[in-house]
Amino acid sequence: MSSFTKAASPAAVAFDPGWKTILECAAIEVFEMMASVRPELNSASTGEPTGEVTAMVGLAGALCGMTTLRCTKTTAARFAALMLGEAAASDPSSSGDALGELCNMVAGNFKAKISTLADHCMLSVPTVITGADYSVEASEPTEGILVPLLFEGQPLWVSLVIHT
Amino acid sequence: MKKLKVLIVDDSSVMRKIVERALRQAGLELTEVLEASNGAEALTQVEKGGLDMILSDINMPVMDGLEFLKSLAGVEAAKGVPVIMITTEGSEARVVEALSAGAKGYLRKPFTPEQVKERVAPLLGGGQ
Repeated sequence: MSSFTKAASPAAVAFDPGWKTILECAAIEVFEMMASVRPELNSASTGEPTGEVTAMVGLAGALCGMTTLRCTKTTAARFAALMLGEAAASDPSSSGDALGELCNMVAGNFKAKISTLADHCMLSVPTVITGADYSVEASEPTEGILVPLLFEGQPLWVSLVIHT
Repeated sequence: MKKLKVLIVDDSSVMRKIVERALRQAGLELTEVLEASNGAEALTQVEKGGLDMILSDINMPVMDGLEFLKSLAGVEAAKGVPVIMITTEGSEARVVEALSAGAKGYLRKPFTPEQVKERVAPLLGGGQ
């Protein structure tokens, strides 16, 4: 991946609460196209994201922040199998890598749907965290969007945190 | 149907596998799939010759996809080999730059096998 420096000081784009619908759409589209599944919106979800695997992709340029995708190890392994085939997904590292790529595509698809961001916002390489007990927090003032989804009865969360 | 030798260039090994799987799901018969994790590695592969198609990511370390594409102009073995660029970015500017530099098409992630076929088949000619 190229460095953030390629986004040459573009004008900052203000957070828009309406982006939640765009993020939902961007995420579901990625799952449909890359894994041939359609997670449902989990409107009953009220808690904070949980799960042992979190993929993160940073945004810089007109929008600075982070997109995350969090789910259980089982769900991450399921996505890897759907994207790569059962044989390729048997490699232990493939679950996290596949989730990282999904997160990268969600972030890219999201910004591609917003004309003011498409050419003016760069993505970082994906980072994947695994573990049983952690939370992801931003250290600066932020606005956030959380999209709770449900796939095969298991929760997963897509989030966008923007530094304001 | 012609059997193809393709080169897939992406810094993510998972993404390389995904692209290969999409090509097979699109109905393309692949005899050999070569992989490279950046443009510099890819150039070495291209110089060996015999490729029918190259699919390359744009954003990669060491040598990115656009630099790789421009470097192909000086490689005899790359003449006539179609290159399709793959990008996650929504940037029209980068797509235009890639097409201007000689790419025959581009795929924007996420993509379906059908979209892969739509982009790839017309470039192969003869019965794909």
